[in-house]
Amino acid sequence: MSKNFSLRSLLVRPEVATFLMFLAIMIGFYIANERFLDSRNIRIVMGITPEYIIVAIGIAILMISGEFDLSVGSVFALVPMTIVQMVHQGIPPWFAIFLGLMIGIIVGFVNGFITLRFGIPSFIATLGMLYIARSLTTVATAGFPPPFPHILPNELFVYQFELFRASLYWALLVAVVLGVMLHRSNVGNWIYATGGDQNAASSMGIKTGNVKMFCFILCGFLAGFAGMIQTFRLEAPLPSQGYLLELESIAAAVIGGVSLFGGIGTVFGAVIGAILIRFLESGIIMARIDAEWFRAGLGSLIIIAVVFNTYISRRATRIGQNKAKD
Amino acid sequence: MEDIIVCEGLNKYYSGVHALKDLSLKIKKDSVVGLIGDNGAGKSTLIKILSGAHQPDSGHIYFEGNKVKFKSTKEAMNLGIETIYQYSALIPEMSIARNIFIGREQTQYNVGNFGLMKTKTMQDDAMKALTDVELHLRSPDTPVNQLSGGERQGVVIARAMYFKSKVLILDEPTNHLSVKETNKVLRFVEGLKSQGVTSIFITHNLSHVYPIADHLCVMARGEKIADLDKKDTTIDHLTDLLVNG
Repeated sequence: MSKNFSLRSLLVRPEVATFLMFLAIMIGFYIANERFLDSRNIRIVMGITPEYIIVAIGIAILMISGEFDLSVGSVFALVPMTIVQMVHQGIPPWFAIFLGLMIGIIVGFVNGFITLRFGIPSFIATLGMLYIARSLTTVATAGFPPPFPHILPNELFVYQFELFRASLYWALLVAVVLGVMLHRSNVGNWIYATGGDQNAASSMGIKTGNVKMFCFILCGFLAGFAGMIQTFRLEAPLPSQGYLLELESIAAAVIGGVSLFGGIGTVFGAVIGAILIRFLESGIIMARIDAEWFRAGLGSLIIIAVVFNTYISRRATRIGQNKAKD
Repeated sequence: MEDIIVCEGLNKYYSGVHALKDLSLKIKKDSVVGLIGDNGAGKSTLIKILSGAHQPDSGHIYFEGNKVKFKSTKEAMNLGIETIYQYSALIPEMSIARNIFIGREQTQYNVGNFGLMKTKTMQDDAMKALTDVELHLRSPDTPVNQLSGGERQGVVIARAMYFKSKVLILDEPTNHLSVKETNKVLRFVEGLKSQGVTSIFITHNLSHVYPIADHLCVMARGEKIADLDKKDTTIDHLTDLLVNG
């Protein structure tokens, strides 16, 4: 009986549902085209996925704390662009990387500061930042995308091993460290509490403003770090890099079971969500479907995931309440 | 018996409104004090001040004989004053164990204030805390949104007991609860006395607090209009005070 219940409680976890959806999509596309799962395709897809995983983790944690960040796509472009331009100005590569990542942190801080200090929705504060950071990126290119300075240590971040790139291991490192933080540390408990019910959390003495600020900064940092990895992989800093990434990373988080209202979600879910989106894109191409259908597929997936999660969580609550009455 | 909390001449204004007028109050150790009054009587203002959420504009608070000034709820909690708000004291999606330890997690491998939670210890202690208030729930991992209203209040009270609170401020703990659940909560509160906990029970429903209170304090329009031991009053007298101010 108790075994039965634990299986049930496992199935109602949103990220488990996402994982099943992931398996279904993988099998479906594999049937459509066997080469979908051969090492060549996996190498291609997993070569670009880590960047999205890293951004999705930042967004997921911020959303769990109850806030949004629409500026990640722009930060994803701004940070590597500044790193490249600083190197062109003669700043040593590692110091340029350090300063560039600081910009991600500063943007996160400004997002948090505006949201929390003026009590406006982060949706608006970061929408403003989306335009500002993108504009700064374009200005920083000075009209023409600069060449990639090869003194930058890009191999350390994107070296292509047999099957995976170094960036996947960086993404896994981020996932493990932040997964432990979110699910095992007291800070994680504060993040869930803040997003779950801010009043309750602050009445228990949690400094919810600081918790949210930490999540904003983390999100900005990760967006910049991921953008840097993409530029290092492409060896070309493009001002258009990360266009619409903010929506795609929210999509990854939501598909992975993160609630739009805060307080619910996991790092694992965000990782699976990001991988799912990239394989969906690849699968549609491999199945010789017009690539324009990718957005329709993604859109449907978001809706299905949220409807399904809402249904499941209502059901779980009901199961619990019936049990409580027993 | 000694007084655990003494308030002297507390005043509080909210943008020009005199919400608390020159309030003085003595609360005896290990008693249940019923704080009653209609909506807008100043009950909430008083408990916000006692819990450290707001600061009085003038007046003094003494806790166990020492003058105190709370800048935050955390400071009051550290001294042992815990406030339980109607619904906002638990995070619905989080487990019972995590809720009990919010902000006071048991951690290891600490770096400054941060560390990894001792999940197993927290789960075991949570179960023990629940059993101590006679609340028998299946698992400490159950999310709070799967509990009934009375059970939730039980979890909150268990939490306060676990952290050795000396004073428990309960803000309308029986609001929106069924009769059966209300009785459950009243039993929890009554049990606190024998464990050396003073409780301040805020309600506008006299019939809930009267049976378990030792002392009753009636408020109206920001003032204290009566402050009586139960043996010196009757439920009719109090009703009259409440209705007619």
